Amino acid sequence: MTTIPSPDQLAPDEQHVPLYAARQRVYPQAVHGTVRQVKWAVLILCLSVYYLVPWLRWDRGPGLPNQAVLVDMAHGRLFFFWLEIWPQEVYYLTGLLVLGAIAIFAATSVAGRVWCGFACPQTVWTDLFMLVERWIEGDRNARMRRDRKPRWSWQDRGRKVAKHAAWLFIAQATGGAWVNYFNDAPTLFMQFLTFQVPMGVLGFMLLFTFTTYLLAGWAREQVCTYMCPWPRFQSAMLDADSFVVAYRAWRGEKRGKARDRGKALTEIAPAGRSATVAALAEAAMPQTIGDCVDCGACVHACPTGVDIRDGYQMGCIGCGLCIDACDDIMRKLHRAPGLIAFETDANLAASAAATRALPAGEARLGPGMAARRIPKLIRPRTVMYAGVVAVVGALMLYGLATRQDVALDVLRDRQPVYVRLSDGGIRNGYALKLSDRRHASTQLAVQVEGLPRGATWQVLDGPGTDAAGRPLVATRADGVAEWRLLVTTPAAALPEGESTPLTIRLLPPGGGNALASRATVFLRPKP
Amino acid sequence: MANAPERDAHSGTTTTGHEWDGLKELNTPLPTWWLWTFYATILFSVVWLVLYPALPFTGTGLLGSIARQEADADHAARITAAEPMLARLRQASQPEILADPELRAYAIAGGRTAFGNTCAGCHGAGGQGAPGGFPSLADDDWLWGGHLAEIEQTIRHGIRAPDDAETRLSQMPRFLADGMLTAMQVNDVAEYVLGLSGRGTDATAAARGAPLFAENCVACHGERGEGNRELGAPSLADAVWLYGGDKASVVRSISFARAGVMPAWGARLDPAVIRMLVVYLHSLGGTEGQ
Repeated sequence: MTTIPSPDQLAPDEQHVPLYAARQRVYPQAVHGTVRQVKWAVLILCLSVYYLVPWLRWDRGPGLPNQAVLVDMAHGRLFFFWLEIWPQEVYYLTGLLVLGAIAIFAATSVAGRVWCGFACPQTVWTDLFMLVERWIEGDRNARMRRDRKPRWSWQDRGRKVAKHAAWLFIAQATGGAWVNYFNDAPTLFMQFLTFQVPMGVLGFMLLFTFTTYLLAGWAREQVCTYMCPWPRFQSAMLDADSFVVAYRAWRGEKRGKARDRGKALTEIAPAGRSATVAALAEAAMPQTIGDCVDCGACVHACPTGVDIRDGYQMGCIGCGLCIDACDDIMRKLHRAPGLIAFETDANLAASAAATRALPAGEARLGPGMAARRIPKLIRPRTVMYAGVVAVVGALMLYGLATRQDVALDVLRDRQPVYVRLSDGGIRNGYALKLSDRRHASTQLAVQVEGLPRGATWQVLDGPGTDAAGRPLVATRADGVAEWRLLVTTPAAALPEGESTPLTIRLLPPGGGNALASRATVFLRPKP
Repeated sequence: MANAPERDAHSGTTTTGHEWDGLKELNTPLPTWWLWTFYATILFSVVWLVLYPALPFTGTGLLGSIARQEADADHAARITAAEPMLARLRQASQPEILADPELRAYAIAGGRTAFGNTCAGCHGAGGQGAPGGFPSLADDDWLWGGHLAEIEQTIRHGIRAPDDAETRLSQMPRFLADGMLTAMQVNDVAEYVLGLSGRGTDATAAARGAPLFAENCVACHGERGEGNRELGAPSLADAVWLYGGDKASVVRSISFARAGVMPAWGARLDPAVIRMLVVYLHSLGGTEGQ
């Protein structure tokens, strides 16, 4: 094992290390390859869903919004295709958030930060902004050259202006799409074209325009490294069997130019790497030059500017663009791709162990790759994450499948707990709250079961009785109707116990299966 | 304490020189923009202080905003928005309100709020009443009448309200205090009264009390103690006792008389609010129809 050296004293000119550092600008280079293709596909999918969903129509009948996905704040309704969620059903949203969180945990424990690298809005919009930047300003070298110029030509300035204008246009479309989820999209679009957008909506539109422009255009990787809490604790979900973006050091070290192959290590000047990595490399691969030609393509491609060869680190968002960049170089050198790859810690260790005694370079490739094992997918953490996803998902599905149009809530009066009548009888009052999600009022019959002997009951001011003599109540279309139920026991026949359980049911008029039922109690004074 | 910064060999990072119990702090420099963001928040707070009424003795701030005025304006806007419904409530009769689901629901909700504001102090949050003369409004026992019109009359003009000419008035004599009955006679009448609801214990005393009851009490409380709503005289034969139904309480009631007071709300509440209060009381279940 390596030993950790004791702290070095700093050189005199290093004594005053500032506590703040200017940001190192990152100029990611365009890459082409499989990972990039997947990332483009995810980007197109995510952005299409985001921008286009508010425009989907869904006919719900007259007087109702025909937008498929709409958060109607004014009326407290969330429309999602065939579903209409009421505010008191916010637990569906909670369930979705729980599902989302645990699904990301599960994905991370299996495949590292795939969320960060592929689907996070910060990544998706930054990717889009970088694409626009490359179209207008050119690739990495052109951009770096331009930014280093002491004086910009008119053409340089034109390109900068064009870039920011394009960014602002995308940002505006993003803010504009956001408010579409809360307003009727076509109406809002017409208002936008005719400068009649309401102030409140405009405020949110501008807020999201500004944050998109700022975060995707300017802040970029700073969001991931300094603002986002997720990178700080995602390592808690990783273990030796998680795929992460990794540099196969057993194959790549010791780095050097292809023409230096075969020369003794001592002839080659050490590269400027941290002491630990150098020591590890030294201990693991004492031979000659490995497959990494130290061209820097992986670093240049990285959108957060990290060097993946330093090992897995917080700045790495797991996007895998360095894989494409490196594979490209390897192909040009007629070497096998996969020097950087989605790889597990366990496999890295196994490959390193299998190739330690071999000379660096091609001789290590076969045995190193052969030493890899298919990672264990079923591990306590993946089982637990999958279990939570399954349970929460099943609960939500059950809730949605058994969701009734008519719901009954029974609120027993608590002040007073019971009323003593002038003849000594005891009466309990109940508020029956009927929520009806349908958009038409209907009449339902009320039935009370489990009454004490001799008890009578009535529904106050109901619209009548059904054929079987049960009192009727009427629901309120798309709303909550409240009815009062009174249960009275005569003084001569008070129930034995202080509390008698009752069941209140709502039936179709004339009888049939109960549409809703609730349990409650009848209370009398202490005997 | 701060020592000279050094380089941490494991990470290759310099330390800040701070050390706590052997733990050394690595210097991972914060980006400068973060520092500027911090300054920007300080600047924001200064701007806020000047724009809004936050500094003492400077009045309203540059925006001239006063939360109290905003609340008043908001309140006025809500009253205006409610006016169409209130107008309908003023015009509709009680039966009409009860027959119209929309008006009824509105009146019960509004009445519940108004009840909490004006009535709950004496009658309890759910109209359950309170011991010592604050009657329950949820039961079926009414001193001055339980029909909706009678209840509306009571709310409007109060009971023994000094500032209302049409208020409900009656006066029970203080039989012992004013020397109309002796203590012994009061005891006998009390026994008779308890006997009316089948709770007497001393038949001899009750027999002595019967003629006294007929002479002094029947005029208001009726021959069998059934009460008289014209005079606000409670029934003495039922299970509801406003001032307590045990013998000591009854003796005290006869000796020193009882008389509750309720303010007249007609001049203080909008007629629509009184309507809503009556509908709310009706929803408690004890009223006697229209």
